[in-house]
Amino acid sequence: MTSPLATLDRVSMRFGNAGPKAISEISAEILDGRVTGLVGADGAGKTTLLRLIAGLLAPSEGALTVCGFNTVRDATKIKREVAYMPQRFGLYEDLAVIENLTLYADLRGVPGDERPETFDRLLQFTDLKRFTGRLAGALSGGMKQKLGLACALIRKPRLLLLDEPSVGVDPISRRELWKMVYELVDQGIGVIWSTAYLDEAERCRAVLALSEGKLLFDGAPSLLTSSAEGRTVLVQGIERDKRIVLTRALDRPEFVDGVIQGASVRLLLAENAAIPPVETLQAGPKARIEATAPRFEDAFMARLGARSRGRSALADARNKATSSDELMVEADQLTKTFGDFVAADRISFSIRRGEVYGLIGPNGAGKSTTFKMLCGLLQPSSGAARVAGVDLAASPGRARSRLGYMAQKFSLYGDLSVAQNLKFFGGVYGLDRRALADVSARMAETLNLTAYLDHTAARLPLGYKQRLALACSLLHDPDVLFLDEPTSGVDPRARREFWTHINALASRGVTILVTTHFLEEAEYCDRVALIYRGRAIAGGTPDELKAKGGIAGAPALSLEDAFINLVHEFDQERAA
Amino acid sequence: MWRRIRSLIVKELLASVRDRQTRWVVLFSPPLLLIVYAFAITQEVKDIPVAVVNQDAGVEARELISRFEGSPIFSTVDIVDTMADIDRAINARRAVLGVHFGEDFTRNLAAGRQADVQLILDGRRSNTAQIVQGYATEIIYGYNLELARRQSAPIISDVVSRAWFNPNFRPLWYAAPALFAVLTAVVGFMVSTLSVARERELGTFEQLLVSPLHPIEIMIGKTVPAVLIGLASAAAMLAVAWIALGVPFRGSLPLLIGGTTVFLISIVGIGLFISSLAATQQQAVIGLFFYMMPAVLLSGYATPVENMPHWLQWFAETDPIMHFIMICKGVFLKDAPASYIWAHVWPMAVIAVFTLAGGAWLFRKKIG
Amino acid sequence: MRERDLEFSNRLMRIGGLIRKETAQVMRDPSNLLVAVILPIILLFLFGYGVSFDPRHFDVGLVVEQPSPESGSFTAALANSPYFRIETRRDRRDFESDLVSARMKAIIVVPADFASRAYRADSAPIQVIVDGADPNTAELVRTYVRMLWANWITQESISRGQSLAPSYIQTKSRVWFNPEVLSRNYLVPGSVANILMLIGALLTALVVAREWERGTMEALLATPISISEFLIGKIAPYFILGVISMAISVAVAVFVFGVPFRGSFLILAALSAIFLIAALGQGLFISTVTRNQLVAAQISIMTAFLPAFYFSNFVFEIDSMPAPLQWLSLTVPARYYVSSLQSLFLAGDVAPVIIADSIGLAATAVAFMALTALATKKRLA
Repeated sequence: MTSPLATLDRVSMRFGNAGPKAISEISAEILDGRVTGLVGADGAGKTTLLRLIAGLLAPSEGALTVCGFNTVRDATKIKREVAYMPQRFGLYEDLAVIENLTLYADLRGVPGDERPETFDRLLQFTDLKRFTGRLAGALSGGMKQKLGLACALIRKPRLLLLDEPSVGVDPISRRELWKMVYELVDQGIGVIWSTAYLDEAERCRAVLALSEGKLLFDGAPSLLTSSAEGRTVLVQGIERDKRIVLTRALDRPEFVDGVIQGASVRLLLAENAAIPPVETLQAGPKARIEATAPRFEDAFMARLGARSRGRSALADARNKATSSDELMVEADQLTKTFGDFVAADRISFSIRRGEVYGLIGPNGAGKSTTFKMLCGLLQPSSGAARVAGVDLAASPGRARSRLGYMAQKFSLYGDLSVAQNLKFFGGVYGLDRRALADVSARMAETLNLTAYLDHTAARLPLGYKQRLALACSLLHDPDVLFLDEPTSGVDPRARREFWTHINALASRGVTILVTTHFLEEAEYCDRVALIYRGRAIAGGTPDELKAKGGIAGAPALSLEDAFINLVHEFDQERAA
Repeated sequence: MWRRIRSLIVKELLASVRDRQTRWVVLFSPPLLLIVYAFAITQEVKDIPVAVVNQDAGVEARELISRFEGSPIFSTVDIVDTMADIDRAINARRAVLGVHFGEDFTRNLAAGRQADVQLILDGRRSNTAQIVQGYATEIIYGYNLELARRQSAPIISDVVSRAWFNPNFRPLWYAAPALFAVLTAVVGFMVSTLSVARERELGTFEQLLVSPLHPIEIMIGKTVPAVLIGLASAAAMLAVAWIALGVPFRGSLPLLIGGTTVFLISIVGIGLFISSLAATQQQAVIGLFFYMMPAVLLSGYATPVENMPHWLQWFAETDPIMHFIMICKGVFLKDAPASYIWAHVWPMAVIAVFTLAGGAWLFRKKIG
Repeated sequence: MRERDLEFSNRLMRIGGLIRKETAQVMRDPSNLLVAVILPIILLFLFGYGVSFDPRHFDVGLVVEQPSPESGSFTAALANSPYFRIETRRDRRDFESDLVSARMKAIIVVPADFASRAYRADSAPIQVIVDGADPNTAELVRTYVRMLWANWITQESISRGQSLAPSYIQTKSRVWFNPEVLSRNYLVPGSVANILMLIGALLTALVVAREWERGTMEALLATPISISEFLIGKIAPYFILGVISMAISVAVAVFVFGVPFRGSFLILAALSAIFLIAALGQGLFISTVTRNQLVAAQISIMTAFLPAFYFSNFVFEIDSMPAPLQWLSLTVPARYYVSSLQSLFLAGDVAPVIIADSIGLAATAVAFMALTALATKKRLA
């Protein structure tokens, strides 16, 4: 093996003179011919580290050598060897696919006679051939991501840096992306893949785990995973509310972390703790606790030393009826057409009070359209949407006052402070001053925002933005909560915490409709609908979906596999 | 409903005030610009360079030249040799006025014949040229009277003129009110035109649309803060006009405040309408200029409205800036009565109603 | 040596790529053409048909306190003149509110003892009350009344066989370049400069801020492109847009509105080019100060667009401004450009003017570009 592609030597980065270190004394080596995962929480310094490696930033201390060049002295030379795909992919949305490619070919000096061949290869590789004339802005998230990758690969680099390439991208595209990246690795290219999704770390040969600018772990992911060997269990056969079981488990000192996995609950034991008797969880007579193989995420949470809390003060403060059969969200033959294109085709489902309902589906399949019709952002071409029994078309104002909405990318007012955002959203929903002061103080406290009240929202770390967005959407105590990709790009710890609140809210009778690309998150839902080509092609509990999406009678191993199989089957049936 | 709108208003105000750059641009720079531009547009013609060819040897020509030299209007009086020199001086913009005394100037005067002086003016700057011509004629007229008096000849009776409202034609007095109007419009446009387009681009507009806010409430919530910021800016400019520029304020302050408020509502209405029409911030800015440049031209700010053909004067009637300039001049200089203000307020109110309703309608249209 | 050739051709390729990209973006958004093509035509149209300093006729209130044959004759002279539209009353108080509302531009008072005072020297029988809030008009009205009065009294004297003092010195005026004194002839050049400023400074500032806001700047910076290449690639399309806009404006002005053009097109093109570079430089400089489109728009209105309007001899005379403002105007590229344009349109290729202005233009262009290059940081921080 030759010398490493990139060497980091005690690299530190500090923005401004007095600020804290965004990167703190990191030393590491990046090797060629493999994917190196860069994982860590938001604000852990992933993007800063990538920018340092790309030569876009000069380190405050230490030095980086990339492809044999120093990033400060020879930044230009490094740019010839390194390709970098930033977050949001760096595409020009008002340019066509081929125009984006041509631009980057020009910028990276691809000779004219090599172009037809290069473009052909990349378009083949990314399966974008049919869309060369389409504007990048009109592509789905997955296609944008592939185009971004194609642009970065226009000239074969020695090192490819991908900054959160899987955010906002559906499981199918994600899988295809991995396939492409592996092909690149086989050609000897070194890849750094930064992500907040820890299941992706398992696919890397090496992992750099960051936490608060420091290096937490450097090595093969299996090495970290095996450190949690014997500490992971699954509670199966639960007959009561699985969310309450999870809460109860996390109240016990033996368990430090847990998530819902379909009908089961996955728990992480504290170090050297024994498995408590299953009765303590009051999960019903048939419940049993079984050991299960650890995942990277379990080990990462263990390494972080995090202790997840099962209770959310947020929900404790809410006094409403618990779940009932009352229908809170109804989609009745919802159809939306844009010209000839049918974006949503007679979609019907209903959600009971206290239920968590997930909408999953590939990008551009009609999931967002359905979601938007249900919260009143789009008017259906035909069919009806009802929230808490109120027809959105008939009295939009009344329906909207019953629902909370948390948009993708957490649409907050970036130039306002946290407190001002709370005040604003409370006011918009008609809270009077006293109630507003009460509820926003309580929200801030439960969501740990109190220390940040005077911070400008735009400068918060992503996880805090998410909490603030949640707080803003809950101020008026809605009966129905709409969450549009609520955890996209958010790290596991923040995701856990977020779902603790959501679970608690659901237990207290809040109805939740959530869209997600992250199918482990779909496991937290009571029921899921899979939307594809404008139709609801499958629905049911996560376990039912896994059964339906299995191959040859055996249920799928994961919801992601089921998803991919179901979509595949549907396409085959249509083709037949 | 009021509570919802109030929190929108507070949010908009905070967003403007918290950003250092916006704060500076919107609140502090207009008064500064008022001072700078007020002095810039005083249009007081003075310090005009003159080139003179004197082919005459007589004392009268010299006397007349010294009168030109003594006038504050003319800065340098260059004595040159030939008409060609005047040509060159005017061509190269070294002189705006050329004066030519022929060889027979004194001879003609002595003989009681008419003596000609030729004035040559730079038509590239016709406004200045016309005014300079007036001053030159006046100097020569005065000299004629002097000559007549010396010879005790009868003199033509003259016309007496008096100027009301600004008896000494103090340029700042009339420049400041009009400039105040235009800068108020610029501020009003700047705080409104990008507001909807920006929220749409950044994704927060959806958040507003899923809230129980009615489009009309959003419109009110966007209008009121923009108007308040505009009023704050106008107040600062007013203070500057008063204190630093010494412009008189003869009319009623409440009338001016009322007029300014209606004016700002109409400007913000136009700005929000453009903003709801635009898909991007860039389009909003372009739309703004597309409206603002013709509107300022038609407002009578730089050139009088009466000089326009009738059909264009009709267009000017739909221009809030035109009405507000009239209000400002009326209130600052003329102590105009309420009926006069009203005549200019109601057209602005009509414009405001139409544009605001149109904007709210566009919000709704863009949802479906 | 070969490597240097390759590097050079790569450089050209990078710049070319950026230019193509930027051009495609400009072409795709119709609002760009709105500002480059339609807006200049609208402005020219307004200058051509409407907005001018050239007076048509003024509404004037005439007060005849006591009608007499003499006053009747003078009134007729006023009414027949092309300058005024007359309304007659007996009392000046009837017109006071009209002067306040600016419905009347002036009040001409013919006093009760007009007949007896008319021919007395050193007495002033006619009084003109003008609106000091509108001095331009006031001055014109005064001049016209005085002229009409002089004509009338001369006619009267001749018809009465009474000789008045000879008019010793007679002025004869000639207005060069613009003998009909049409204000559009000199407003048009100014409007061209304003449009180019809009394209140069405002649009450029916006598009660079947009690259930051949308996150594409980071992707560009990660490629081998250098600052100078980025600047050239960004400028060129807007430069061409400006040239097109200028050409359309000049063509419409000359062929549709009959504004004369006496200079050479070559010099016009050269000067426009330098001016555009200065304007683009200003836009780029603004974009280095802020990465926010809203603020970029506000700053360019305040620091680029308005100065180009006020400090360019467009409407307002720089020579008449206080000295500090005249100094300030030296930093405004539009000042030099408008001055040269006025010469090119109305006078011709006046070498001294054009040379001096080109030096000024070039200096501002270099200054803004240098400031931009200094302020642009290649790195993200």
